[in-house]
Amino acid sequence: MMVLTVGSAIVALEAKEIVYGAIGLAGSLFGVAALFFLLDAPYVAVFQIAVYIGAVAVLILFTVMLVREEKWAKEAPATSLTKMAGIITGLAITIALAVAAVDTNLSQYTTISNSATFLDIGQLISTGDAPVLLVLALVLAASVVGALTLSRVDREEPGR
Amino acid sequence: MNSLSDFMLVSAMLFGIGVYGLVTKRNALRLLFAVEIMINAANLNFIAFGQYLPFEGSAQTLAPNAAGQTFVLFSIALAAAEAAVILAIVVVAYRLHKDVDVSELKSLEG
Repeated sequence: MMVLTVGSAIVALEAKEIVYGAIGLAGSLFGVAALFFLLDAPYVAVFQIAVYIGAVAVLILFTVMLVREEKWAKEAPATSLTKMAGIITGLAITIALAVAAVDTNLSQYTTISNSATFLDIGQLISTGDAPVLLVLALVLAASVVGALTLSRVDREEPGR
Repeated sequence: MNSLSDFMLVSAMLFGIGVYGLVTKRNALRLLFAVEIMINAANLNFIAFGQYLPFEGSAQTLAPNAAGQTFVLFSIALAAAEAAVILAIVVVAYRLHKDVDVSELKSLEG
């Protein structure tokens, strides 16, 4: 599962064709959903599959199809300096986080037995976190309206 | 694949890959991929910590790992909104410039 997640993430960024990159991203998101299942969070895992793989990945694929052109094939390769800087930065952050994760006594903790049910999550969302839910609803509505406004085609202008 | 450190390692690797993508890539869609991968790394950490280090602060009768899962639900919804806006911007940029290379989009440059 770990290999699927990390490998697909690399494919998402390094695949020559961006369509394959989008599929790789979907695979990586699916791997994370599987890790959620392993962590005894089935509700979040299903949510992740529905929202990310069902909506976001399809949205990305459609955008790729909308804007794809021949010249995408020759997507300007990063200069070796940029690539080296990226690899060094990524590796440094990974190693720092990994050392921080391993170098603690976190491994002594075990999973809790009474994991959250749908009812618990629903109660938490609708009571304690209700303001967050409201703000999130507003943000979602605003972003959808913004996205629609941005991509609106003006019919009056010719040639669009 | 059982201890908290394992999940944190996967999360660190995903985050590192995301940073690498943000630094090297110039294609707007690849940048979106990188950001999504980093968001997922953070989500994985939320769930893992919720499962291993339960929340004990309140006297409510909820299961202790509900807080982490609730955060992740909000985070996923927020990431979906963000992806929608970014994709709309990509489509508009493509319509205006016939290109999605972020180093070519200079009309906002000061």
